[in-house]
Amino acid sequence: MAYLELNNIYKTYGQGDNTTEVLSNINLSIEEGEFVAIVGFTGSGKTTLVNLINGLLETTKGEIRFKGKRVEGTSHERGVIFQNYSLLPWLTVEQNVYMAVKEVFSKEPKPVLKQLVADYVDMVGLTPAINKRPKELSGGMRQRVAVARALAMKPEMIIMDEPLGALDALTRGNLQDEILNIWEKDKRTALLITNDVDEGIYMADRIIPLRPGPKATLGPEFKIDIERPRDKTELNDNLNFKKTRNAIIEYLMDIGNERKSEAKAPITLPELEPKNFVDRFELKF
Amino acid sequence: MKQTITLGKVTKFVGLGFLSTFKDLFTGKLEKEDLQNFLRKIVVPIASVFLFIGLWHMGAESLYNTEAEFKIQKALRDQGPEAAEAMRECIALGDLSCRPNTLPSPAQVWESYKSLLRDHQIISADKAEFADKTAVLNQKRLAEGKEPIVYTGRPSFVDQIFRSLKTVFAGFLLAFLIAVPLGIFIGLSPTLKSAFNWFIQIFKPVSPVVWYLLVFMIVKTLLIDSSEDSSFTISFISVGLCSMWATLVNTAMGVSSVDKDYINVAKVLKLGAFQKIFKVVLPSSLPLIFTGLKITLSVAWMVLIAIELLAQSPGLGLFVWEEFQNGANDSNAKIIVAMFVIGIIGFLLDRLMLTVQNMVSFNKTEAI
Repeated sequence: MAYLELNNIYKTYGQGDNTTEVLSNINLSIEEGEFVAIVGFTGSGKTTLVNLINGLLETTKGEIRFKGKRVEGTSHERGVIFQNYSLLPWLTVEQNVYMAVKEVFSKEPKPVLKQLVADYVDMVGLTPAINKRPKELSGGMRQRVAVARALAMKPEMIIMDEPLGALDALTRGNLQDEILNIWEKDKRTALLITNDVDEGIYMADRIIPLRPGPKATLGPEFKIDIERPRDKTELNDNLNFKKTRNAIIEYLMDIGNERKSEAKAPITLPELEPKNFVDRFELKF
Repeated sequence: MKQTITLGKVTKFVGLGFLSTFKDLFTGKLEKEDLQNFLRKIVVPIASVFLFIGLWHMGAESLYNTEAEFKIQKALRDQGPEAAEAMRECIALGDLSCRPNTLPSPAQVWESYKSLLRDHQIISADKAEFADKTAVLNQKRLAEGKEPIVYTGRPSFVDQIFRSLKTVFAGFLLAFLIAVPLGIFIGLSPTLKSAFNWFIQIFKPVSPVVWYLLVFMIVKTLLIDSSEDSSFTISFISVGLCSMWATLVNTAMGVSSVDKDYINVAKVLKLGAFQKIFKVVLPSSLPLIFTGLKITLSVAWMVLIAIELLAQSPGLGLFVWEEFQNGANDSNAKIIVAMFVIGIIGFLLDRLMLTVQNMVSFNKTEAI
């Protein structure tokens, strides 16, 4: 049995005539210690999928099993890094992380928890800013806090919903490396949702495209057979990388074109004769 | 990290940022580009104050002349030309018996202000003297288990201000204690919201006078055995009930509209209900709660005057009413003094709330 298993998941929003089926027939299994990326267009239902897995939403049909147990509601075993950081603005970096840690390890004494917080804040390199509030931090720093908060809870699986989506390219690259370093330390199972194919290839063992919604469903998976640790600059010359990248992008482009042609209902244009503007604006010398 | 606190920061924090320009003026730090700022923030307001006083003075003078002319014409009609001439002289001399009773001029108001202060000094001295005289006797009475003798003389204008502030704060506290918890419950539960909605919609627009009468009906019966004066109780409860609606509505709205991201965080961290309310919901709705409290305090101060007047509870409202009934030659000027004092205190209360809000809230709001 796989570590995380999604069986025939359907998710619809609304009722009666207003029903929209966002996700349709999703099947996915992730093994322990695996790093899986799901790539898709914006608005394709990625966040809905993530919220189903972390337990914030309930499936309409089908079931999600985590370690053989049915997922019902959120759990500390599955840590979440949200797209928009979701830090509490009235708490400092330390307090934000501490709040999470205290919920998970409620029996530990305070000094132990404080040390744990300090360790994880240090790990993401934010010790100098530990007493600052989110508003005083840059986007990249905020996302680091969110990473520290999710990891400090020591979850068995980590779910990332476009964690780097709002960051600039340079910060993004740095954080990708940091997340990978942390992941490689204790090889937690990880699920990354992203809209960046390169990011997926760089970070994951396996990439699964999400065909855009409504009725979004998962496409065929692409295995990434590139040795870790991966080097970003070398990656560009790696044949394997190029091949996989092209295959995925081609697949996604095809979906895009398919959808466009589906949407192409024949439009009858009015019969018009082009006007002769040349006569009207004749230049006179 | 050490933060330095400067005068500029403090004034800005309490919403009196414009004052820092004065400091720059006196410390000679004024740059050239600050000149425009200086003109806009200092010179223009001062000029507008003078303009206001000037217009007021002219208006008061014109009203005075109309009133005087009317008096002379009336004397002429009723008693003949001699009486009219006598009246004209009498008015010209400024005699109290025939002084036209109309809008007082700025100078008269200033005089009244000074006389009220003098009056306060006299009464304070009187009180101190009384306390000295009765000190020994009161100690003896207390030892014997009797009530001490208290000063029962007329309260001064300054005493009235403090009584009013006491009433308004008691009322505000009552509003705070009712509206904030109730607002939280209403905001958290859609069932309670629909249960209370009609109640809020109907009672919110009720006038202070009606609130006073309602409270009067109830408190009068409740305190039927008590020999104590219930006017203070009635007035502060009326002020509280009348002003609490803004806080109630804002709290309920703040609590029910917490950012979904924060709620998701609470869910993912699996916070308990209690933790969720105190760690996530309340901090995130603090800005709205404080907006409500600010409105409540200003409404409380505004309705206080009317309620004090009705309840015959000592304070500025009663002062205004008594001066109006009194009809002495400087009564009108005293009423205007009270008007300015009420306005200035209202402004200061607003700034006080803004300061408290800035201290407790993560969402720093600039003074409007």
